[in-house]
Amino acid sequence: MKVQLRIKRFDPEHQPGAWWSEHQLEAEPSDRILDLLNRVKWEQDGSLTYRRSCAHGICGSDAMQINGTNQLACKSLVKDMGPQIAIEPLRAMRVIKDLVVDLEPFFGMYRKMQPYLINDEILPADGKERLQSQTQHLRYEDTTKCILCACCTSSCPSFWASQEYIGPQAIVQAHRFLFDSRDRATAERLRLAGDVMGVWRCHTIFNCTRACPRSIKITQAIGEVKRAIAMGGVD
Amino acid sequence: MTQHHEFDAVIVGAGGAGLQAALTASGLIQVAVLTKMYPTRSHTGAAQGGIAAPLGNMEEDRWEWYMYDTVKGGDYLVDQDAAEILARESVQAVYDLEHMGLPFDRTPEGRIEQRRFGGHTRDFGAAPVMRSCKSADHTGHMILQTLYQNCIRQNVRFFDEFFVVDILIHDQVARGVVAIEIATGEMHIFHSKAVLVASGGFGRMFAVTSNALALTGEPVASLYRRGLPLEDMEFFQFHPTGIYKMGILLSEAARGEGGVLLNDRGERFLERYVPTLKDLAPRDLLSRFIYQEIQEGRGIGGKDYVYLDIRPETINHYQSAPGGRTVTAEELEQKLPDIIEMMRVYQGLEPMKEPVPVHPTAHYAMGGIPTDVHGTVRIGPNRLALGLYAAGECACVSVHGANRLGTNSLMDLIVFGRRAGSAMAEFCKRADFPALPPQPEAEVVAELERIRGGRGKERAGPIRAELQRTMTDRVGVQRQEEGLREARDKLRELRERYQSVSIQDRGVRFNTDLLETFELGGLLDLAQVTAASALARRESRGAHFRGDFPGRDDQNWLKHTLAYRTDGVGAAPTRGEVRFEWRPVVINRFEPKARKY
Repeated sequence: MKVQLRIKRFDPEHQPGAWWSEHQLEAEPSDRILDLLNRVKWEQDGSLTYRRSCAHGICGSDAMQINGTNQLACKSLVKDMGPQIAIEPLRAMRVIKDLVVDLEPFFGMYRKMQPYLINDEILPADGKERLQSQTQHLRYEDTTKCILCACCTSSCPSFWASQEYIGPQAIVQAHRFLFDSRDRATAERLRLAGDVMGVWRCHTIFNCTRACPRSIKITQAIGEVKRAIAMGGVD
Repeated sequence: MTQHHEFDAVIVGAGGAGLQAALTASGLIQVAVLTKMYPTRSHTGAAQGGIAAPLGNMEEDRWEWYMYDTVKGGDYLVDQDAAEILARESVQAVYDLEHMGLPFDRTPEGRIEQRRFGGHTRDFGAAPVMRSCKSADHTGHMILQTLYQNCIRQNVRFFDEFFVVDILIHDQVARGVVAIEIATGEMHIFHSKAVLVASGGFGRMFAVTSNALALTGEPVASLYRRGLPLEDMEFFQFHPTGIYKMGILLSEAARGEGGVLLNDRGERFLERYVPTLKDLAPRDLLSRFIYQEIQEGRGIGGKDYVYLDIRPETINHYQSAPGGRTVTAEELEQKLPDIIEMMRVYQGLEPMKEPVPVHPTAHYAMGGIPTDVHGTVRIGPNRLALGLYAAGECACVSVHGANRLGTNSLMDLIVFGRRAGSAMAEFCKRADFPALPPQPEAEVVAELERIRGGRGKERAGPIRAELQRTMTDRVGVQRQEEGLREARDKLRELRERYQSVSIQDRGVRFNTDLLETFELGGLLDLAQVTAASALARRESRGAHFRGDFPGRDDQNWLKHTLAYRTDGVGAAPTRGEVRFEWRPVVINRFEPKARKY
């Protein structure tokens, strides 16, 4: 099928403002949007700039707006997008060049949440694994799937309003450790998540949940963190 | 403006091996980790099925059985001292990951749950054993996340989106690296006592591959350009179950849970070839048997693929689930969520109701930078470099020999990443900073400026496409003298054409046109070494199958290949031919035998 691709471009080295490039391509319905971007770069315009790596939805490099919604270009297919496809960088993040945005603030929010297991207790005497029941594992399993692609955070209206807001991704990290039976930093995690720029900025709009390419139930996870703060601890 | 940094050690790459090495070394010495992406983008995160360790949580298992499987799986080209280390240290490695927070699946008793995987057996080959520790079918993701999380906790110093363009090794001493800060285009020199290369694979030399676009191996090519040997490059693994045409991996875990491969007659054809392990035989054999079925006209509809069938009714019909028990769709969805989703997204079909078209896909380099069991890089059959280390897929310890077993790549990262990190830290504590050559970045900057300022008519896109097609068609699952010679000639032509390559983006900031073209130069070097090594080895062993020499020849070829460039040293792509030396295989426990499954 014939596809018209419109890509929002920005290269301050050459031109101060953004502009749109247009590309006509013959595509298969099963082609990924990333395949189209690669073809533009390799066959038409080598200066087109975007991040990409695994090309099958697990590395999180190629998050962008495709026809107005945040998606991974490698997990979004032509047949679901139709013959007119508009591509823009993620919203509310500083654009460095074309579809590449500055992710440092995003990873800063990630680091702020102490995204690692905290448990300084003595390890099991037999030297083996800590025990965790299947039910305990299921309690936090969903939020372990996060690939840090930024689809959720940059789809959130609260984040559009203020980039000081830690955003859904950072709360997903908080959830992943708060509800892990092995973690011992509950009080500190609740304090961080409950900050003035924390969970209470979430107004349950569900954009993050819809945007997540890993199908994490983000709004639900945020709700569970809010409840834990209100209750003063996890159940 | 070139910026200068000084660190005791520089780690090139932030996948499993680089992060594990950083965790081990960073408390002891000053370490900088450079990655051309963000650490969490690394391809370790794409590993699906699991990480092997004989914990014995499900059934009896022993490290000797694991070692034997690794040696036999590698068609006896494995260095057995390395395999013994892998097998012995694997158990503690898994416990350490759990203690760091890795969310493993659990048994009803709360222990780490394990599953079957290709080539892993109990009692020296008697039957499949449950050895793979896992988190559903995203184990690599969990390992990458857990290691990165702990690096943050330890304040490891990262340089994200720093692209290493040259490794400074002069007179066999590592002295640092040259890197481009991608966002600004600025050059940085990292002066160090030691360098550890953990840059992963280079499967992008093939047209059909499971590998990420970033897997182009230029740090490996850098060492080759600087005159160091590459080991066993003819051994490249083709995973039997890539998504048809796309090459995206569908984990062996699918077969570990009971999935089977079927030909056009609906026959479970592996029963004929490998009656004991069937669909859970090692990957080299399965890829070759799929190829054979296709050659003999039994691909689906006579085409170039077979079916992977994970429908519960099929699994229950063959009683192919672990222990022959009955499985349900719900259970499979829980155990294989990601690959089932990939089948739905990329193939548009319903795997609980229909079988899935698959064929072999280029997956893993068994060969690479030769190292000893401490990760120290070899510069010849009997000599080691000073201050230079390598670990992970880019390295060849050699623990995988001629064919890697599934789940062994992840364990390799942890065990040998840690050993390399530890050896490097010890080295740095007693070493001084070696002198840098004058203008250490000059050579590679000249090559980058040649590309950026090129006025030739060649473009990277077509050269890359022809390179990949040549490698898949001529240096793939089945190889022949004639095809390999054609590949060699074609690659020679492509390397010449690369000399007149030009790019469209002549800017400085975030110039991926320049970097992709530089990556292509690395792929051209590595493809040449791969094809030349395959042409030289006149036998079939593991993943290297020569139609014209179908048998294994221990008399003449039970040895490792070391490939060197012949045209001087430098930082630009090579233009000359490849010369070879050989190194004996370490055999101290299991004598080579015919390989039956």
